[in-house]
Amino acid sequence: MPYIPLNEKLPGITGLLDYRKDTALPIRELTQILLRGASTLTEGERELIATVVSHGNDCKFCTAAHTAATDVLLDDENVTIKVKADIDTAPVSNKMKALLKIAKAVGKNGKLVTEDMVNNAREEGATDMELHDTILIAALFSLYNRYVDGLASVTPTDPAFYDRLGNILKDKGYLPSANRYADL
Amino acid sequence: MPHINLPEGYPGIRSLFMYNPETALPLNNLVQTLLHDKNTSTLTPGERELIATYTSGLNECKYCANTHGAIAKHQLNGNENVVKDVLAKNIATADVSDKMKALLQIASKVQRGGKNVTEADIENARKEGATDKEIHDTVLIAAAFCMFNRYVDGLATWAPDDASVYDAIGKQRATEGYMTKPFIVK
Repeated sequence: MPYIPLNEKLPGITGLLDYRKDTALPIRELTQILLRGASTLTEGERELIATVVSHGNDCKFCTAAHTAATDVLLDDENVTIKVKADIDTAPVSNKMKALLKIAKAVGKNGKLVTEDMVNNAREEGATDMELHDTILIAALFSLYNRYVDGLASVTPTDPAFYDRLGNILKDKGYLPSANRYADL
Repeated sequence: MPHINLPEGYPGIRSLFMYNPETALPLNNLVQTLLHDKNTSTLTPGERELIATYTSGLNECKYCANTHGAIAKHQLNGNENVVKDVLAKNIATADVSDKMKALLQIASKVQRGGKNVTEADIENARKEGATDKEIHDTVLIAAAFCMFNRYVDGLATWAPDDASVYDAIGKQRATEGYMTKPFIVK
């Protein structure tokens, strides 16, 4: 049970973003820019970064939600399974492998990003902006993971819930909208 | 040296805000409402800055810990000792209320990972008078600084050594909030 009273129809992060809307708005806006705005990384690649960080931080709600969003954007359920098991052997580009390793390190602490990791990403073609966005996405999900688990928000166990949420994230993005969770 | 090419003269997160104004805007809006605006929380801006300072210290983020420590000092009528104790992680003896001690304990758990917060931590904060909203705000401030600290250190931004730089930034932010032009280090 959550540590504070939250709308029972809105599990995980959705109830927290509903609880305090003045802080939810900039968090949603930042997420929309990073995961849906103009970028040389695809939406699927950016959702994959969110998935890897949430998985590394052991946040079950965020991992399941962003796994579902990645799967629907990539139209492939194999990539998230493989990336969560082992980045090195996963079916993603070498550039993405390098960026995912940086993201995973950031999830633990920013200081764990080494020059070697950054040079490796550059050698695989990563740009300054891609490095910046990867690190800020990883930092943002370190916020989300702690917000969700720190207040003991509800983690649904039905996999179909996350399929519905993943589709909402694909179709509507992250900004507030009327009846956003009507299909949840 | 920073991992990417950042504008010179701006320390810490300000160099990242100059590098990417688009993401800077919601990040600044978040700290403005979460830490600075008086009417958005029953915790005072000084108390909220102490939570940010403590979390940043636990994450060993030099720029954020020193900057928010300085802002806290200016928000708390120049109380340098409380900031020193929070930065030294001496919460038991720090000059803060028992409610704040309980909330700082929750912040430290959030810093290590949200699952570390226990029912007993929450009950203890409630016993000292913390409301649902104050517990929420504490968790979100600690979570937000786990983001800011990772952004600042993940890109290896420049953290000045000079204490007077942090004090000047602290005075500026305590007075102006977060939405004004950055302090330039000469």
